[in-house]
Amino acid sequence: MAETYHTGSARQGAILSRLRAWYSAETADPAKRVQFDRPLTPWLFLLPQLAIVAIFFYWPSVQAVTSSFYIEDPFGFGATFVGGENYADALASSQYLSTATFTAFFCAIVTALSLGIGLLLAVKADKVIRGAPAYKTLLISVYAIAPPVAGLIGMMFFDMHMGPLKDLAAFFGHDLRVGIDYWDTAVAVVTISVWKQIPYNFIFFLSGLHSVPTSVREAALIDAQSGWRRFRDVTLPLLAPTAFFLLVINITYSLFDTFPIFDVVVKDKPANNPITLVYKVYLDGFKGNDIGGSSAQSVILMIVVAALTIMQFRFLERRVHYG
Amino acid sequence: MMKTATATIALSLTATSVMAQTEISWWHGMGGRNGEVINEISQQFNDAQDACNLTPVSRGTYEEALASGIAAFRSGEQPNILQVFDAGAATIIAAEGATIPAEDLILNAGEEFDREAFIAGVRNFYADSDGKFIGMPFNSSAPIMYYNEEAFEKAGVEPPKTWEEFEEIAPALKEAGYLPLTASQLTWMMVENFKSRNNQQFATNNNGYDSVDGTEILVTDENQVMMFEKLKEWADAELFGFYGAGWGDNLKPFEDGQSAIWIGSSGSFGGLQQSTDFDFSADFMPYWDAIEGAGTQSFIGGAALFAMSGKSDEENACTAQFFSFLTSPETQVYYHKNTGYVPITEAAYEMAKEEGYYDEQPVAEVGIQQLMLEGGEWTGGYRMGFYPQIRTVMEREFNRIFSGEVEVQDAFETIEEEGNQLLARFAKTAG
Repeated sequence: MAETYHTGSARQGAILSRLRAWYSAETADPAKRVQFDRPLTPWLFLLPQLAIVAIFFYWPSVQAVTSSFYIEDPFGFGATFVGGENYADALASSQYLSTATFTAFFCAIVTALSLGIGLLLAVKADKVIRGAPAYKTLLISVYAIAPPVAGLIGMMFFDMHMGPLKDLAAFFGHDLRVGIDYWDTAVAVVTISVWKQIPYNFIFFLSGLHSVPTSVREAALIDAQSGWRRFRDVTLPLLAPTAFFLLVINITYSLFDTFPIFDVVVKDKPANNPITLVYKVYLDGFKGNDIGGSSAQSVILMIVVAALTIMQFRFLERRVHYG
Repeated sequence: MMKTATATIALSLTATSVMAQTEISWWHGMGGRNGEVINEISQQFNDAQDACNLTPVSRGTYEEALASGIAAFRSGEQPNILQVFDAGAATIIAAEGATIPAEDLILNAGEEFDREAFIAGVRNFYADSDGKFIGMPFNSSAPIMYYNEEAFEKAGVEPPKTWEEFEEIAPALKEAGYLPLTASQLTWMMVENFKSRNNQQFATNNNGYDSVDGTEILVTDENQVMMFEKLKEWADAELFGFYGAGWGDNLKPFEDGQSAIWIGSSGSFGGLQQSTDFDFSADFMPYWDAIEGAGTQSFIGGAALFAMSGKSDEENACTAQFFSFLTSPETQVYYHKNTGYVPITEAAYEMAKEEGYYDEQPVAEVGIQQLMLEGGEWTGGYRMGFYPQIRTVMEREFNRIFSGEVEVQDAFETIEEEGNQLLARFAKTAG
C-alpha cells in the first residue's frame, strides 16, 4: 500500500514541476541538464508524444475553430461563412446562459465538496492505527468505478419509481422527483459526481499527509495543544501543493469527466434537467447535427478553461509553498 | 489427411463464390429483440439469392445511427443503407446529394415499384411533396392507447374513444384505485400526433413539405394549447401522471398495474406481453370530438431506410433488390409478428389477416387500423429541419409546465419562438 502512495506522490510531484516549469518558463539548472550528443536525439524521443498531441488534440482543435465560423449542412455539402454569428447566437441564447450558470455552480460545489470530504477522510484515516489498510482500501475502492457505472449505481438509489432515496426523502416530507424537478436532479448529479471523486482526492491527500515529516509534527505538538491549530498552521500549509494540484484536477473533472454521469441521470433526454456546457455541445453537435453552433460552443469552453488555468497559476500558485 | 484436403478445397471454393458476391452494408439503430430480427431478415435475404451479401451493423440508438451515418458520409465511408428515424427525416431528405431516392433506385434497377401498394398512412411521411419515395419505410409504428382491462371492469366504465369521454370516465378509474392516464413521449403523442389525429396544421409551407425556406412551426393555436391545459388540469387532479421525458419512467406505472391507460407505441406490444401480468387491450389514441374534422389517421412513427449515394451500380442494384425483398408480404408479416411494428403494404396486412394472426392477437391490429383511418389535409406528415432539437425544446418546456413553473400558453410561445429560430438556422445550412 505504501508503495502506491509513494508512486502517486512522485507522479504528482512530476506533474506539478512540469506545470510550474511550463508556466514560469524556468530554465533548468545547467548542471542538472541532461546532454544529448546529437541535437536531433531528444526530438526523436519526443516524436511519438508530439504526434499523439498533434493528431488527437491540435488538429481537432483547429477544426473546431474553423467550423465555428461556418454554418454548414450536416452532410458537408456546403458551408457558409458567417463570421462570429455562431458565437453571438450561443451567447445570446438564454438557454446557453442558464446552462453556463449551472455549470459554474456545479463545478464550484462538486470541487468544494469532493476536496473537503476527501481531506477530512484523509486526515481521519491518517490517524487510524488499527485496521488502517482496511479503511483505506474501502475508501479508495470507489475510484475503480467508471463514471457511467457510477451514474447507473446512483440512479438505482435516486430512481423516481423505486429508489430507496425517494422513500428517505418522503420520510422527511419531500417528494423527490429526479428527472422532473430541476433541483432534485441537480442534487442527484452532484451527489453521484462527488461520491465518484472523493477517493481520488483521498489518495492524494493521504500521500500528502505521509510526506509531512515526523520531526515537524513533533515540533508542532510542542508548540500547540489544539489539534485544529496544528492542522491549520502546520499541516494545511504543507498540504498546499497537493491541494492546488487537486483543485486543478477537480475543476477539470467536474467540467468534463462528469459527462457520463449526466448522460445516465437524464437518460439521454435532458428536458428541463440541469446539464453542463459539455453536455450541451454534445447535444447540439451529435444529436442536433448543428456542427457550426456546437463548434462555437466548444471553442468558448476551450477559452474558459485556458483562462481558468492561467488564473489559477498566476494568482493561486503564488500562495502555494513548495517544500 | 484426405478429408482435410477435400475440406480445404471445398472451403476455398465457397470462398471464391463468396468473393464474387456484391457486399452491401446496412447501419441501423435497433437493439434488443428488434436488433436480432434485423439480423434474421438480413440472413433470409442472403439465403434467398446469391448475388448480394448484406451485412447489418448496429450503431446504437436512432440518433447515434444518424450521427455516425453523417460522419461516415463526410469521410466517404458511408454504408449502402442507413436507417433514419422519423424526427431525423428532414435532415437527410434536405441533403439531396447524400441519398438516392428509394423510388429511383428501385426503378433504375429494373424492379417494380407501386406507391399504391403501401398503406395510406405510410405513403407520404418519407416522400417529397410530389409523393416520390425518398426513404423506404421500414419499421413503422403508431401511437395507440393501451388499457388495463381489469381496471375498466372494476370501475365499470368503457375505454374512451375521445378525450371528452376520458374526462367523463377518469374519476371512476381514480375511484377504483387507479391512476387513470400515463403517456410516454408527449412530443410524439400530444403534439405531433395530436396534430394528425385532430387534422391540425403543424407547420407553414404545407407542413414543411414545400420548402425549407420560411417554414415555421405552428403550436400556439388554441387547440394545441387546450390539449396541454387539459393535461395539466388532469395532472393536478391526479387523473394524469407525468414522469418526465424518459419513455420507461412513464410506462412503469402501467406495467406495475397502477395506471389504467398508457399511450404508447404499437411497437411496444411485444415488450408489454412480457412485462405485464394482467390482461391488457388496446384501441386508437383518443381525439377531441369538439374539434371539427378530428378522428383522422395518425402520423407514422419509427424509421425508414435510405440508400446512400456514392456507391457502385452493382451495389445499388443489390440495395434495390433488398428494398423489394423487404416489402414482400412474407418479409413484412415476419417482421410484423416478431417486432410489433405494423406491416407497411396492403398485401402484407391482408396476408396477416388471412393467417388469422389478429384473431389470436387483436391488439397487434390496432396500430395498422389507426394508420388506415381516413386521412385529412394535415395527416400526411411534417418536415422540419433540426427537429430533434425542437423536440428537446418541447421536452424542456413540458417539464416546466407540469412542475408549475410556466403557463401552458407561455410554454408554447417559447417552443414556437425557439423552434422557429432552429428552423431558420436549418434553412441557412440547407441554403
